[in-house]
Amino acid sequence: MNSLNLFQLLNGLTFAALLFVVASGFTLIFGLLRIVNLAHGALYLLGGYIGYAAALATGSFLLAVLAAMASVALAGLALDQGLLRFVRGFELRQVLLTLGVAFILNDLGLLAWGGDTFTVPVPEALRGALRFAGVFYPKYRLFVLALGLVVFLLLWLLLNRTRLGALIRAGVDDAETLEAMGVNIRRIFLVTFMLGAALAGLGGVVGGAFLTLYPGADSEILVFSLAVVIIGGRGSLPGAAIGALMVGLLNSIGQVMFPELAYFVIFGPMALILAFRPLGLFGRAA
Amino acid sequence: MLRRHLLGAAAIGTLARPALLRAQEGPIRIGLMAPLTGVVASGGREMVDDFNWYLSQRNNEIAGRKVEVMVEDDGSNPDTALQKARRLVEQGRAGLLFGNLLANTGLAVANYVKGTGTPYFIPIIAADDLTQRGRIKNVVRVAGYSASQTTRPLADWALKQGYRKIATVSQDYAFGHEQCGGLAQTFTEGGGQIAAQFWHPINTADFSPYLGQLANSGVDAIFTMQTGADGTRFIQQYASFGLKGQIPLLGSMNATDQSVIRTMGPEVEGIVTAAHFAEGSDNPTVQAFVRGHVARFGTIPSLYGFSMYSGAMWVAEALEKINGRTDDPNLLIDTVLKTDLVGSPLGRAVRLDDLGNPIYDIQIRKVVRNAEGKFWNAPMASYPEVSQFWKYDQATYLRQPPYSRNFQGIRR
Amino acid sequence: MPRAGPSLPRLGVALGVLLFAALPLVLPTYQVSVATRILVFSLLAVSIDVLAGYTGRTPLGHGAIFGVSTYVTIYWVTVAGGSPWAGMALGVLAATGLAAVFALLAVRTSGVYFLLLTLALGMVVWGVCLRWSTVTGGENGLRGSVRPAALASQVSFYYAVLALVLAATFLVWRLVRSPFGLTLRGIRDSESRMRALGYNVPLHLFIAFTLSGMAAGVAGAAYALFNEFVSPTTVSLAQSVQGLLMAIVGGVGTLFGGFIGAAAIIVLENTVSFYTERWQTVMGLMFVLLMIFAPEGVIGRGLALLRRRR
Repeated sequence: MNSLNLFQLLNGLTFAALLFVVASGFTLIFGLLRIVNLAHGALYLLGGYIGYAAALATGSFLLAVLAAMASVALAGLALDQGLLRFVRGFELRQVLLTLGVAFILNDLGLLAWGGDTFTVPVPEALRGALRFAGVFYPKYRLFVLALGLVVFLLLWLLLNRTRLGALIRAGVDDAETLEAMGVNIRRIFLVTFMLGAALAGLGGVVGGAFLTLYPGADSEILVFSLAVVIIGGRGSLPGAAIGALMVGLLNSIGQVMFPELAYFVIFGPMALILAFRPLGLFGRAA
Repeated sequence: MLRRHLLGAAAIGTLARPALLRAQEGPIRIGLMAPLTGVVASGGREMVDDFNWYLSQRNNEIAGRKVEVMVEDDGSNPDTALQKARRLVEQGRAGLLFGNLLANTGLAVANYVKGTGTPYFIPIIAADDLTQRGRIKNVVRVAGYSASQTTRPLADWALKQGYRKIATVSQDYAFGHEQCGGLAQTFTEGGGQIAAQFWHPINTADFSPYLGQLANSGVDAIFTMQTGADGTRFIQQYASFGLKGQIPLLGSMNATDQSVIRTMGPEVEGIVTAAHFAEGSDNPTVQAFVRGHVARFGTIPSLYGFSMYSGAMWVAEALEKINGRTDDPNLLIDTVLKTDLVGSPLGRAVRLDDLGNPIYDIQIRKVVRNAEGKFWNAPMASYPEVSQFWKYDQATYLRQPPYSRNFQGIRR
Repeated sequence: MPRAGPSLPRLGVALGVLLFAALPLVLPTYQVSVATRILVFSLLAVSIDVLAGYTGRTPLGHGAIFGVSTYVTIYWVTVAGGSPWAGMALGVLAATGLAAVFALLAVRTSGVYFLLLTLALGMVVWGVCLRWSTVTGGENGLRGSVRPAALASQVSFYYAVLALVLAATFLVWRLVRSPFGLTLRGIRDSESRMRALGYNVPLHLFIAFTLSGMAAGVAGAAYALFNEFVSPTTVSLAQSVQGLLMAIVGGVGTLFGGFIGAAAIIVLENTVSFYTERWQTVMGLMFVLLMIFAPEGVIGRGLALLRRRR
C-alpha cells in the first residue's frame, strides 16, 4: 500500500508547481535585492484573501487572480518604499524587519478575515476529475501543474529574452557595476520587488483554491519556499524549479513512507545542502 | 462585548481584607481563556461570544452578585495558556477558570490547577484522561465530552449500515488517537475490520498522498477525524479527487462542525458524524438557540459556541445553589457535580458521571441543506444515555491503556 | 551588526544584582513568577548574544536548543522517574550536544545564510518533537510535577534560578572577556584578517556556538522546573524569534543587555496583551521600528549615548 505510483508522483508535481510560483518570486527578490523577505508568506496569504474576496464579488477566477496580483504588487511597493528603504544594504536588518512585517500582516489578516478557513472558488471548467492512465485526477491540480510550467516559461523568457531581464540578471551578479554603468538600478530593484510580490499574490489565489486560506497558511508556505530557495540557490530560476521539484516530491514521498519523519525528509536534505553548498545547488557567490 | 479592567488595581484593593469576607461579597470573578489569536482563533472568538451571551441574558448576575469575566487570549499556545492561567489565579484572583480550546492548552492549565485546586471548567477540552485515568477533581467537563465518547455510537451505527471494512484518516495527536480509537475499538469488537489507519500532522496542506491510497483500498467507508482548516481541506480534496459519492464518508464531530462547514459548499453534503449537539435538530429548544445565535452573531452556532453557552449555564446554576460562593473550591466542584443541566440548548436534561464527564444522548448526524440553503448537521438516529465508558464496565475499561497511535483497541 | 561597547560599569551590574535579589521582598506571588520568567529568558538572550554580538552571526535556532534541554529534563523526571537535578544535567548535556551538531553544519556560513541554516535546523528539531509522539508526547507535550520539593515555594525557586542564571552569565562574561572572546570579536570584525593571522576560525566559531548552546541549555533546564510542562511550541521558531528580539532590544554585543531586553519584552507582553489581543502586531512593530531606528537595541543605544556624554 505504501508504494509510489503515478498518483503520488502527480501529487508531488502539482504541489511543486505551486511552490515554484511562490518561491520564484522569493528567489528573484533574494537574488537581486539581497533581501530575504520573510513577509513573502504573508503576501501569499494576503493575495489569497484578496483573490477570495474578488472572486466572490465578481464571480470570475481570472479577475480574482488579477486583483490579487495587482494589490499584492502594490503591497510590495509599500513595503519596499515605506520600510525597506530605511535599511538598505543591511542584510540582517532587512530580514528581521520583514519578519516584523510578517507578524503584523498575519495579525491584521486575522483581524480582517476572522480566522475562518476560506477556499477560493474555482471556475466550473476546472472542477471535477479526469481519468487517464488508470488514475482519477482532479482537473484543477493539473491546471496548477500547467500554470507552474507557464510561469516558468514566462519568467525564463523575461529574464533571457528582454532587456529588463538582462538587467535583472546582471544585477543579480553585480549590482554595483551595473549602477556604475549608469543604469537606474533602483527602478529595476523596485520592479523586481513588485514582480516577486505579485507572484506571491498569484500563488495565494491559486493555492487558496486547493490548500485553503487560514491564519498560519502564511508561515507554512514561507517555510516551504525557504527550503526551495535554499536548495536551489539565491536568484536562480532553474534552482527554484529544481528546489520546488525536490521539496514537492520529498513532501509527497515523506508523508506516505516516513510519516514520523515528515519534516526531517524535507529539512534534513536542505540542511545538508546548505552546510556543504552554502549558496545552494545553483547559487553563485556575490 | 469583552469586559476588561485593570486587574492590578482591583487586586490591590482587595488585598487587605480577610479572605472569606472578600470572597463572599464583591463580584464573582471568572477567568475565561480562549484562543483569540493563532490557528483556531475563530473558534476562540465564538467561545467568548457565547459565554458572554449567556451571562448577558442574566444581566451578568449570579445569585444576586455581579459577574466579572476576565478574558485572556491563550494564543493557541500551551505556554501562553499556562502563563495566563497563573495570572488569572494569582493576580486576577479568579475564583474559577473556564475555557481553552486546544487539548495541549487545556492539559497545561489542568496540570497547573492540580496544584492550586482552582475549579477549572472545560467545555471544549476533550482529552479522555482528564476525566478518566488522570482525573483531577477540580477539573470538570461541563457541557463538554470526552474524545472517544461520541465515535463509539458512530461505529455501532456504521456496523448497522452493513459496513464491514473501513479506513481511518486522522490528525496525529492525542485528540485524534482517542476519537479514532473509540471508533476502531467498537467497530472491530462488533465484527468490523480496520483496513488501514493514516495519521497526518496537524495543518496538512495537501491530503492527496492519503487520498491516493484510499481511492484503491476497496473499503466500505472512510472515517476521518479533523479539526479546523484540516477539515475544510480534507472534505474539499475528498470531493475533488472524486471520492465523494463513491465511498461514504464518516467523520468526527469537529470535521463537520459549523466552524468548518459554514464557509463551504455542496462538498460537505451527506457526511455522517456523531455528537451530542445537532444544530439541525427540529427540537424547538435547539431551534430557539440557533435562531437567537443567528440573530445576534449572524452565524449558525458551532460546537464551540454551544458548549461555552451551556457550560456557563451549568456552572451558573450550581453557583445559584450556593449563593455564588467561590471561596471554597470543593463546595463549588461538589455542587456542580450534583447539578443537572436542565435548560440548555440541547433540549433535554444532562447529568455528570462521577468522574465529571456528561452523559448524553448521542445523535448520529448528517450534513444536509436547510430551508435557507445553508448546510447543517441534522440528526437521523439517536443513542440514549451514552457515557464516556459506552457499554464497558468502568473499572475494566480504565485498566486498558489510553488510546495512542500504537494502541487503538482493535480486536482482530 | 554593531560593535560591542566596553563592559558595563561594575556599579551597574552590582545594582542590577541587588535589584533582582530584592524583587521577591516587594512583589506579590504572581509578579515573582514573572520575574523568574524574566531571569530564565535573560539567560537565553545572553546565550544568543554570544553569537550575535561577539561572532557577528545571528542565530534563529536557539529556541530549539533551549527547548530540547526542557524536553530532556521533563522527560527524565516524569517519564523515566529520575531526579530533577540529574534531569537538568542531562538536559544541558543534550542541548550542548545538539548545539555542537548545529555548529558543525553552520560554522562555514555567515550572514543571512547562517540565519537561514539555524532556522532550518530549528525547524527540524521542532518537526521531530511534534511527530515523535511516543517519546515527546507530540502536540500535547509532556507535563507533571518536576520541581524538587525544596524549591516548591515561588520565592525560594526564584532565588535558586537567580543564583543559577547569575553563575552562568558570569561564566559567559568571563568567556567573552577572555583572549578567546577577543579572537571572536576579531573574527566578527574581519574574518579574513584573523585567518591570515593564523587563527583557526571554524574551530573558534564551533566552540563559541557549542558554549552558547550550553548556556541556552541551562536556561532551558531552568524553564523545565519553572513551567513543569513542555510542548513543541517551546522549541518553535517563535521561541527563537522572541529570544533574538530580547537580545536585540537589550543591545547586541552588550551581554548584560539580555536581562534588560528580557525584562522589557516580558513586562510589555504582560501589560500589552492585557489590553489588546494584538500582541503579534505589537511585537512585529517593535521589530520594524528597532531595525529602522535602533538596530543595536534601545538599551544599547541609550547606553552608547550615555557613554559618549561622559
